[in-house]
Amino acid sequence: MNLALKNINLPLADFALSVDLTITAQVTALCGPSGSGKTSLLDLIAGLRRPESAYVQLGDRVLCDTKRGIDIPVRERRIGYVPQDLALFPHLSVRRNLLYGQRSRDAAADNLFSYEHVTGVLDIHALADRGVAKLSGGEKQRVALGRALLSSPGLLLLDEPLASLDSALKSRIIPYLTRVRDEFHVPMIVVTHSVEEVQPLCSQTLQMERGQIVRC
Amino acid sequence: MASEDWQIIWFTAWVSALSTLCILPFGLGTAWLLARRDWPGKSIIETLVSLPLVLPPVATGLILLKLLGRRGAVGGFLHDYFDFDIVFTWRAVLIALGVMSFPLLVRSARVAFEEVNPRLEEIARTLGAGELRVLFTITLPLAIRGIVGGMLLAFARALGEFGATIMVAGNIPGKTSTVSLAIFQSVQLGKDSHALRLLGISVALAFIAVWTSELLLRRKKNLR
Repeated sequence: MNLALKNINLPLADFALSVDLTITAQVTALCGPSGSGKTSLLDLIAGLRRPESAYVQLGDRVLCDTKRGIDIPVRERRIGYVPQDLALFPHLSVRRNLLYGQRSRDAAADNLFSYEHVTGVLDIHALADRGVAKLSGGEKQRVALGRALLSSPGLLLLDEPLASLDSALKSRIIPYLTRVRDEFHVPMIVVTHSVEEVQPLCSQTLQMERGQIVRC
Repeated sequence: MASEDWQIIWFTAWVSALSTLCILPFGLGTAWLLARRDWPGKSIIETLVSLPLVLPPVATGLILLKLLGRRGAVGGFLHDYFDFDIVFTWRAVLIALGVMSFPLLVRSARVAFEEVNPRLEEIARTLGAGELRVLFTITLPLAIRGIVGGMLLAFARALGEFGATIMVAGNIPGKTSTVSLAIFQSVQLGKDSHALRLLGISVALAFIAVWTSELLLRRKKNLR
């Protein structure tokens, strides 16, 4: 992965998000205390927050350059986002949640991964006809991950993927994340409170405090 | 019950339903803008939308009469250029009912839109959905019960409308007479039993509309 974040300035409630770095690792852990701006940074990369100034480039695509007035719309950024609350669509079945992103793409050839492949790797094939309200915490996590993958992203943003899970479930989810990394080779940024939990998965760790990266 | 009574009940029911359908796109658009967007003058629009709830209905009717009458800005234009009249026709009843029930639809739909987690819409966009697809596949389905509840409330309000209607449409038997107007006229003429029969029908229609609306809202709460 090559994600360049330059000249980022996004005012938050108590401080400004101010970042200047390039991420090249396949999987990067972004850790830091609550309220340090981790989720805001993910939102900014996904295009959900409008910064005062920013230059965001993923691979050879410039997603945002405020100096040149470039701001690729959220729907065209191809960034898979799994938020902390997962945001599964409660009125849709698991299958329709999973296919939501795939159907959004104009051409079938744009779909990088097949439904069968993703549901097989994440072991969620049998859940397809269930409502999302009837899923366990771990199942919801895998469905949200599968939905993001099926949108054929160039980058996956995972916001606290283990936060709402008990220790037993955490140990079951990590292997799935590892399989996603190894099978699909989609770069990931994983926000976490505990670096130790995602250490086996990540090749780079960033520490964030009050809107700034203080340690790489 | 006499055939003219059935005609009044039928006219009231269909013109109320039609007015609810006519205000639906404007009501949903206004509610969505109030719930999801900030713009200059938003509080003025919020106040204007709610005015028919607090103004005396006859005052709203008078405003409509001044606007839609042959000497009014809108009515005069339509009469002069298209030979088209609104006041004292069924179209005036339709407009009066729509204006009076509009705030109820907007308020219910606005709450329904506000209760949809904006994060779901944002994530839909990250999955490649455009604004229309987000609206039709996420926002509207999740807000549908509140919207239908608002439509039923608006319909019930329209069924019982009196003040604005009599100002702008009068009470012309077979043409603009609604259940409320017919009850008023019957009482004035001392036909109390006739008024009571119409009252019974009116209560039944309003009860069914409000009760259905409450059921929908309760089901919505239980689903959360």
